[in-house]
Amino acid sequence: MIRLVDLNKSFRHQQVLRGLNLTIPSGQTTVIIGRSGGGKSVLLKHIMGLMRPDSGEIWVDEEEINRLRERDLYRVRKRFGMLFQEGALFDSMTIGENVAFPLREHRKMTHPEIERVVAEKLALVGLAGVEEKMPSELSGGMRKRAALARAIALEPDILLFDEPTTGLDPIMTAAIDRLIIDTQKRFQLTCVVISHDIQSVFRIAHNIAMLYEGQIIEQGNPEDFRRSTNTIVQDFLLGRIPEQ
Amino acid sequence: MFNRFLSLLGEKSLAFLMELGGILLMLFQSLVWTFIPPFRFRNLIKQMEFIGVKSLFIVILTGVFSGMVLALQSYHGFRKFGGETLMGGIVALSLAREMGPVMTALMVNARAGSAIAAELGTMRVTEQIDALQMMAISPIQYLIVPRIWAGVLVVPLLTAINILVGILGGYFVGVILLKINSGIFIHKMINMMELSDLIQGMVKSLVFGLILSLIGSYKGYHTRGGAEGVGRATTEAVVITSVSILIGTYVITSLFF
Repeated sequence: MIRLVDLNKSFRHQQVLRGLNLTIPSGQTTVIIGRSGGGKSVLLKHIMGLMRPDSGEIWVDEEEINRLRERDLYRVRKRFGMLFQEGALFDSMTIGENVAFPLREHRKMTHPEIERVVAEKLALVGLAGVEEKMPSELSGGMRKRAALARAIALEPDILLFDEPTTGLDPIMTAAIDRLIIDTQKRFQLTCVVISHDIQSVFRIAHNIAMLYEGQIIEQGNPEDFRRSTNTIVQDFLLGRIPEQ
Repeated sequence: MFNRFLSLLGEKSLAFLMELGGILLMLFQSLVWTFIPPFRFRNLIKQMEFIGVKSLFIVILTGVFSGMVLALQSYHGFRKFGGETLMGGIVALSLAREMGPVMTALMVNARAGSAIAAELGTMRVTEQIDALQMMAISPIQYLIVPRIWAGVLVVPLLTAINILVGILGGYFVGVILLKINSGIFIHKMINMMELSDLIQGMVKSLVFGLILSLIGSYKGYHTRGGAEGVGRATTEAVVITSVSILIGTYVITSLFF
């Protein structure tokens, strides 16, 4: 379980998170929605420990990660996998080397073992046989899938997604959604997804939380969300421009 | 008007101090991470190849021509009072103390310092550095440490090569083209050069190697704002490093006298 308690974060004069509280249950997919530039990525970076809050607490199970030293944080991060918006594959390495990278760094495995796991993870995301290709040779959707293979290489128990379907066509969006659902089920992962693609949100979410002006204003399962009486939530779901 | 000037001055000074602090902090972190396993010799070798081997041609080229032009200039200058036999010593001294370290550092900076900033900057804006951190790998240890050590180790070697080929270039112009006696050329060179001159040059190149890899790394690592940010980081790295090299050579020279 991930618990965020009374988080505050400002950049210069702009307060991005204002006393934010959120509980993310284990073994489910929680989608955080909200407008672009509303602090969703900042929130995700706090969960990963890439940013520290000005005040507040971030708990991952029984550990308060915002108080950890950098080196202890690395230990906790081995439990995390992250799919970045554009994949963030290392462009100086082949796809195979990218997926093998976390294994080489953190697991004492022989070369053939690593190759086997790499092939297995790539097959899992539907990219069997692309080990020798460079990231620049793949399409956007394929890069994201390869990045997902890298993210699950160490078999993390928490998987984070930063706008996984942005910039993809509807078919590829559906394919990535399916992949998220399958991966979550197969490994019983805790998934945290940031998205503003409403269709996709309702496909993958067990829980939805809406971030608005630095706070979570609504949280619940997709059905609750559809029936929400909060006009800000309804405006967002229906794509209405809010009345002044 | 005066208030605005003061606030601008304060702002700029603060920004300068923040940046200097950031650079020194990165140096400190790199030193700490150097001694924490795992040691990534492959990364170090790769960076040494990139900064060193791939700069070799341009360093040799500039070395030969700076030696040749030094010989030519000193010949025409010293001939006015019959001192052209001093040429060997003058060429070797200027190269070892000043021209070699400075020219090498400037060329390596233009080639590799800029590339370090651009590469790390691109990695930053495409979230590859965040990805490293998420995989529980310290980007300082993985990316910065090998680059800084490669700069420190390789730039002195390149400088030594630059000085050597510079002297050969000077010899070519002096002895072969301008017909100065080869024995006198070499004798004057050995006579006028002292070990401290070479040490001075090597100390400079060591410092310049550190400056160019550190500032390139710092600027790249802290890039913000997409492709434009990468361009800005690269330009700033090259300009700041070049200026630091020229100021640095004066400071080190004055410390040696």
